[in-house]
Amino acid sequence: MEEVSRRTFLKTAGAVGVGAAAGLGFPAILRAQGGGTVKVGVLHSLSGTMAISEVSLRDVCMMAFDEINAKGGVTGKKIEPVVVDPASNWDLFAEKAKQLLLQDKVAVTFGCWTSVSRKSVLPVFENNNGLLFYPVQYEGEECSKNVFYTGATPNQQLIPAAEYLMSKEGGGYKKFYLLGTDYVFPRTANKILRAFLLAKGVPADSIAEEYTPFNHQDYQTIVGKIKRFSTGGSAAVLSTINGDSNVPFYKEFANQGLRSEQCPIMAFSVAEDELRGMDTSALVGHLAAWNYYQSVDTPQNKKFVQAFKAYAKKANLPGGDKRVTDDPMEAAYFGVHIWKQAAEKAKSFEVDAVRKAVYGQTFLAPGGQIKMDEANQHTYKPVLIGEILKDGQFKVVSRSKGLVKADPWSQYTSPDKGCDWIKHQGTYQKKA
Amino acid sequence: MWKSLLLALALLPGLITPAVAQGAGPAPEIAKHIVDVASTDSDVQEAAAVALGKTGDRKILPLLEALREGSVYLRPLPGGKKETVIVGDKVSEGDKTLVPLFTAYGREPIVGPDGKPLLAELSTLEEVSTGRRLRVAIRPLIDAFSGQSDLANPDPATRGAAATKMGYTGDGGTLSILETALSKESDRWVRFALQEAAALIRLRVGTETERVAAARALGRLRSANAMEPLYQIAGDSQAPAPLAAAARDAIKRIERWGLLTQAIEIAFQGLSLSSILLLMALGLAIVFGLMGVINMAHGELMALGAYSTFLMQGWFAAYLPNRFDYYFLVALPFSFLVSATVGFVLERGVIRFLYGRPLETLLLTWGISLMIQQGLRLWFGAANVDVTSPRWLSGGVPVMIGVQLPYNRLFIIGLATVCVAAMYFLLFRTDAGLRIRAVTQNRGMAACLGVRARWVDAGTFALGAGLAGLAGCAITQIGNVGPELGQNYIVDSFMVVVTGGVGKLLGSILAAVGIGGLNKIIEPGMGAVFGKVLILVLVILFIQRRPSGLFAAKGRYAES
Repeated sequence: MEEVSRRTFLKTAGAVGVGAAAGLGFPAILRAQGGGTVKVGVLHSLSGTMAISEVSLRDVCMMAFDEINAKGGVTGKKIEPVVVDPASNWDLFAEKAKQLLLQDKVAVTFGCWTSVSRKSVLPVFENNNGLLFYPVQYEGEECSKNVFYTGATPNQQLIPAAEYLMSKEGGGYKKFYLLGTDYVFPRTANKILRAFLLAKGVPADSIAEEYTPFNHQDYQTIVGKIKRFSTGGSAAVLSTINGDSNVPFYKEFANQGLRSEQCPIMAFSVAEDELRGMDTSALVGHLAAWNYYQSVDTPQNKKFVQAFKAYAKKANLPGGDKRVTDDPMEAAYFGVHIWKQAAEKAKSFEVDAVRKAVYGQTFLAPGGQIKMDEANQHTYKPVLIGEILKDGQFKVVSRSKGLVKADPWSQYTSPDKGCDWIKHQGTYQKKA
Repeated sequence: MWKSLLLALALLPGLITPAVAQGAGPAPEIAKHIVDVASTDSDVQEAAAVALGKTGDRKILPLLEALREGSVYLRPLPGGKKETVIVGDKVSEGDKTLVPLFTAYGREPIVGPDGKPLLAELSTLEEVSTGRRLRVAIRPLIDAFSGQSDLANPDPATRGAAATKMGYTGDGGTLSILETALSKESDRWVRFALQEAAALIRLRVGTETERVAAARALGRLRSANAMEPLYQIAGDSQAPAPLAAAARDAIKRIERWGLLTQAIEIAFQGLSLSSILLLMALGLAIVFGLMGVINMAHGELMALGAYSTFLMQGWFAAYLPNRFDYYFLVALPFSFLVSATVGFVLERGVIRFLYGRPLETLLLTWGISLMIQQGLRLWFGAANVDVTSPRWLSGGVPVMIGVQLPYNRLFIIGLATVCVAAMYFLLFRTDAGLRIRAVTQNRGMAACLGVRARWVDAGTFALGAGLAGLAGCAITQIGNVGPELGQNYIVDSFMVVVTGGVGKLLGSILAAVGIGGLNKIIEPGMGAVFGKVLILVLVILFIQRRPSGLFAAKGRYAES
């Protein structure tokens, strides 16, 4: 997925040209804060390989802006979104972030999906003291005061999923096949999972680890290996396979005669939005771990799902009212609201003031009450294990007790590190 | 509580009797548990669920399953009482969500006064909450039930899976169930699963002689599932000597068998990958190999074939839902025709003006590929579309213990074989083939002899494009269908044709088999990422040694 295709390259070249021209033309001062509006940036890929996932985040942000504006805006100022398209190109992400901060002087930016894009914009936000809300689960090991992470850290997704599979309720699995696409998230995720499993007494030869390239289609060999690995009936697959490759993987899995009852696949990157373009018959009965599902049964979620479908229809988005909501969309949505509440509490759009006001903020999100951490820039979230149903939705089979605190530095791989912006300056060494 | 419910039932005959009248009602104590299972007190709930499970009454199973799924609700009855019901799949009607209702006992549809199944608005029902603890308690109850009923399932795969699962968890009581099932079973693979399960249980819980016999039996059965317990016994110094010896012996047999199955699997996987590569490359071998057109839009012609399949699927779903499983058979010629037509138009429209100018053709076809891609994206959306495999292409056929060959891959191997055979027949046994070969060898001479070279060009290009469409159709059964589909396959297609030697069909076939086979031999040891890298390195080295590929074109070609 991360390869630069011919098409992406052309688009990028074009977009850079247009971007540069626009930057030269306008006197930035005139368009800065003031009057009745506040500018906020939206930095999601609208073209290229990541568009499939990121367009939905742009949509849900725009819906949140509409909602807030309809209720009078933020401290009386209407939100004026500045939407840019970094076109799934990691360098362009930094460029567009710079444009948002220096030319458009946005008060806050909502954006990024892949870890590599976040890493690419990080120095821009840090050097210019910007503010980014990042809505996707990620591998952790980061603690920037210019970013609020509303997605899950490994201990809010990976570890509970593995714990569930090891529990009596989850099936008491003893052997684990860690399978992922070859890039930073799966590699780090599997490092943490491996450390966790070893700490829980799973012997090293009961853990297998394997990676495939992006867009991998031929899973014959790997499924053959899993089949041998899972003899005896106590093995499960922990999958960080990304996007596209999932369909051929699950199909091959079913066709070689493996069933979810014998060897379930726990997926960390398959959500409702990805299931839209899939023949889900081979996926039914397998599991996923997230912090939100469209099927979560709360009144505010019903409203959220309906509002999004109505918005998609009204705004004439492709898919219309057949659109679905998923975990990153929910995280993007409540990120906007958290920022609004914080700005109102701080009575200012100034980044440092807003940041301090975000700490400890709570919001009744579609999936349930969430809370921003008091010091580490992350979010307290519930953890839900879901089973895939034939209509592409999830049935929640296990739910964490209350909210789980985010640990950006996993206790299994970096037990000596912590993240705190109140008592420390970000990442710090814990005393033994 | 039960009495008052009865009273309510008696008071409202018009509404309630149809539900009760169907089939025999539950025994009173079961009916009481059904009421209690909907209690808000989780202790009462759990006790009732366990008691229901213990009754062994088959008609209780749907209720237990529904409790795990969370589809048990309380329906208010006139008079303030509530009835435990199971709800079916939701239907949306306007902004209301309607659900069909079923009885808690036996899961029979509840019919309304008009005799039609009763639909209730979901918001008028009260959900029975099922906590984690309750679901933990229910699971073994369902397993005991469903294991037995699955053993009687008409689908052999379900029977086999149920037997295998019982083998992992079962105890002495399970043995008799397995034995009864075995005496009735005729399917070879289910019999195997039943025997294996029985032996596994005996190995765990039997007397010493039974355990020795079970270990021997597992060795005879080549049961890969028995490896773990056998290893434990063989490694346990406390284990009685004859048992340990039997276990070691069995392990040896199973391991030898494992090597054999692995070898067979790798061979099949290599064959399958080769057939896919060949199918993708066949059209290109004709367009690029015979005509010399570097067709960068080959991948997009495949994408067109794949989207044609998607359209055909939609058409069948809309107009012939009963014949849905046959859509794929119609999609095959349809995708061929669509891509061939597009190929024909392309050749007549633009490509014919650029013969002999390979660089311009390359740029032109690349431009066309971008246009087709963007067109697909505008028309069908940027997201992948969902092509459902017909039932006869899902699953696989077990050929020996531990080896199951997927139907979709067998089908593609067959399709590739048929296509190659048809190509050979066309090119070397028909007049049209003779003309194609004449034009590709010496266009001027062929034209002088009265061959209409231009139409032969167009026909050949359309044929190549049609084969690409066919490949695209086949690929829907193993991969994704999206606007970028073509890009994923074009490199592999060129790799096969170039390695095989431009202009030689046989070269392409051997190259596909070689690359596919090699890939599958390398992959198990090195992983998919390095496997791919190594294959590319090997191809580069090979092309360095033999720039014209496996088979160099010989003879007097007019242009070269």
